[in-house]
Amino acid sequence: MDLFSNLALGFATALSLQNLALCFVGCMVGTLIGVLPGVGPIATIAILLPITFGLDPTGALIMLAGIYYGAQYGGSTTAILVNIPGEATSVVTVLDGHQMARQGRAGAALGMAAIGSFIAGCVATVVIAALGAPLTKLALLFGPAEYFSLMVMGLVFAVVLARGSIVKAIAMILAGLLLSTVGTDLETGQERMTLGIQDLSDGIDFAVLAMGLFGFAEILRNLESPEARDVVKGSIGRLLPTAAEFRQSFWPIVRGTGLGALLGILPGNGAVLGPFASYTLEKKIAKDPRRFGRGAIEGVAGPESANNAGAQTAFIPLLTLGIPPNAVMALMVGAMTIHGIIPGPQVMEKNPTLFWGMVASMWIGNLMLLVINLPLIGLWVRLLKVPYRLMFPAILIFCCIGIYSINNNPTDVMATAVFGLVGYVLFKLGFEPAPLLLGFVLGKLMEEKLRQALILSRGSFSTFIERPVSGTLLAVAVVMLVLALLPSIRKGRDEVFTE
Amino acid sequence: MTLRIAAALAAVLAAATPAAAQTYPAKPITMIVPFAAGGPTDIIARIVGEHMGRTLGQQIVIENVAGAGGTTGTTRTAQAAPDGYTIMMGHMGTHGAAPALYPKLKYDPTKDFEPIGMAAGTPILIVAKKGLAPKDLKEFVAFAKQGGDKLNLAHAGIGSVSHATALLFNASIGTKPTSVPYKGTGPAMNDLVSGQVDYMCDQIVNVVEQVKAGSIKAYAIATPDRSPALPDVPTTKEAGLPDYQVSAWNAMFAPKGTSPEIVAKLSDALNKALADPNTAKRLTDLGGVLPEPANRNPAWLKGYVAQEVARWTPVIKAAGETAE
Repeated sequence: MDLFSNLALGFATALSLQNLALCFVGCMVGTLIGVLPGVGPIATIAILLPITFGLDPTGALIMLAGIYYGAQYGGSTTAILVNIPGEATSVVTVLDGHQMARQGRAGAALGMAAIGSFIAGCVATVVIAALGAPLTKLALLFGPAEYFSLMVMGLVFAVVLARGSIVKAIAMILAGLLLSTVGTDLETGQERMTLGIQDLSDGIDFAVLAMGLFGFAEILRNLESPEARDVVKGSIGRLLPTAAEFRQSFWPIVRGTGLGALLGILPGNGAVLGPFASYTLEKKIAKDPRRFGRGAIEGVAGPESANNAGAQTAFIPLLTLGIPPNAVMALMVGAMTIHGIIPGPQVMEKNPTLFWGMVASMWIGNLMLLVINLPLIGLWVRLLKVPYRLMFPAILIFCCIGIYSINNNPTDVMATAVFGLVGYVLFKLGFEPAPLLLGFVLGKLMEEKLRQALILSRGSFSTFIERPVSGTLLAVAVVMLVLALLPSIRKGRDEVFTE
Repeated sequence: MTLRIAAALAAVLAAATPAAAQTYPAKPITMIVPFAAGGPTDIIARIVGEHMGRTLGQQIVIENVAGAGGTTGTTRTAQAAPDGYTIMMGHMGTHGAAPALYPKLKYDPTKDFEPIGMAAGTPILIVAKKGLAPKDLKEFVAFAKQGGDKLNLAHAGIGSVSHATALLFNASIGTKPTSVPYKGTGPAMNDLVSGQVDYMCDQIVNVVEQVKAGSIKAYAIATPDRSPALPDVPTTKEAGLPDYQVSAWNAMFAPKGTSPEIVAKLSDALNKALADPNTAKRLTDLGGVLPEPANRNPAWLKGYVAQEVARWTPVIKAAGETAE
């Protein structure tokens, strides 16, 4: 019963006129920056932070949270229509979403992404409200060893996930892992593979790599072959998915929500893994996995739900433990401390209106996003019907502004251009950039966690097997790898994946 | 007589003052924060900068230039035009520990800046996982001396405040634990709460709620007085380690060559911000400690920076932990 009285308090707070307006502004701004390639929630929240000085803390956080999950919504729009993942979490949406758009089903893809995200958002809100505190204990079971094993499982996912030749996929994952080791060594402080360039001492930024390999490279490809731009000219199809598409998407949404919500709670940006995990799962259990990568709606519905669920459950460690799981959440900590609230286990008791008001506002925000997004899809699509010769300079400029705004560093923009060329060459040679990006994202975390686990075990590798959670995760990874490599299955896989 | 000399002096000074300094500031001022948005230094810069902007009649824009333990943004400030439109919020790491940590550092904290003034410091606490056996600091010191290498110390990366202050702590109690590096204090705190690591030194703002909730324990606070935010935590002096006094101080600097008039205007605006009860309350609510009124001037800060560099260099060199 406590839950209901708490939620009632939350809704009473969130439904005040001021907070409703702030929630709406947050969602609108979030959607907009999500749609614009390159301009991400981190830069936006940092810029808007001083504006919240004058607001009460609850209202300020409702708005900032709205920007964050609004951006997750908007990001899928760009991924589907322009083939640019603005965030690590929308890399997977690109795979099938953009294919759907090429087939003239952009409307259905966007609609399903919005509906899936809405359902996931609603479920995640309930999860935060009901299970926030107990689930925190689950997150605390994850030490460095468990985290490393989870990443190993993620990499095995990546191999299974890849399109095209498996050898090329593994090569790309390894290239991604190597790129992730550029920068200052965590333990000794030595610079590695920085070529003496100061700006590389903190490694390569994810956005720089993603924007180069996907964004810039896509522009180069489009300029090379004008006819490939049929996406923009072709019809977008109906916005509401058909009944058959709903039926196809129902279970992927349910599974994606569950996976995303679970992974989002983990410390160290577990939310990144949600969409990947969901995509792999859908592909594994699909009757005809061949459709994936060629415009399967399950490949949009599942990952998009996982993405949104994870984005919201990422608030759990912040609100219940006071520990931010990723960069955006670290910024939310800053926003709270500026308002004199230090996030931690006591926020729920000491500031119940803030905690429950924010939880309730998430549900309201999700509803708003659905209402904002469905009619706006037509507008976004019309925007993309602008002739490409006008479009691509605009996309390039937004990408550049976005990249510059991450660290205020001109070198990042140059690096993106270099990765754009690399991405174009890779495309010409038939390599997929998605596994490289995943290897890169996981590589950074993997190295950190591997070394921490080994330091803690004083160099003994058995720590990964002896710890029950870690051992189980590794066992799952091994089983998946064996299944993928079993001769009979591999034969089938080769037929499926070699084009 | 004295009056006439003073008048003459004033006339000379006025003539020597470039027109730019008189009209300063004519456009928004950029304050570089060499760390990611949302961290303690960033928050202090934003709170102080907001009030200073009102005094100066021009907005102070915060630009976060993170990287290499804060030295990227600090290098950029050192190389910026000394026109008063680029200033920075430096801290204990960038203007104290960095010369020892980064042998190839491109700036000298004592020579390449015009100090503006101290903004606020945040006290350092020695915290440990809930289940660690020692009940207080004395027991912990004895415990650490016995089995030092069995202990796991967490820190937020080479060159971070939690790293440098822990090196000093270890040196002062004579222990050599196994150090486990993390990327940031968030993940390190996560593993301290879950008991994967044994202890760490961190700023009060990062630990206060965990200590209050009892999910970790605090042995001592490294300041002369107890903090109102955690009144039950003894000072290092009370706990028997009086020499361990550290604060993660944050102070404002301009590039070398910025005219004294501009520095004076900025210093004055900073002091007005610190004197404002609202701004001061915001800072102290975070657990921040404001500088003594006597220490709110550029000359004092200049001396303090020299002192800090001299203090950190031997500690870090002895530990043999540098970033190249």
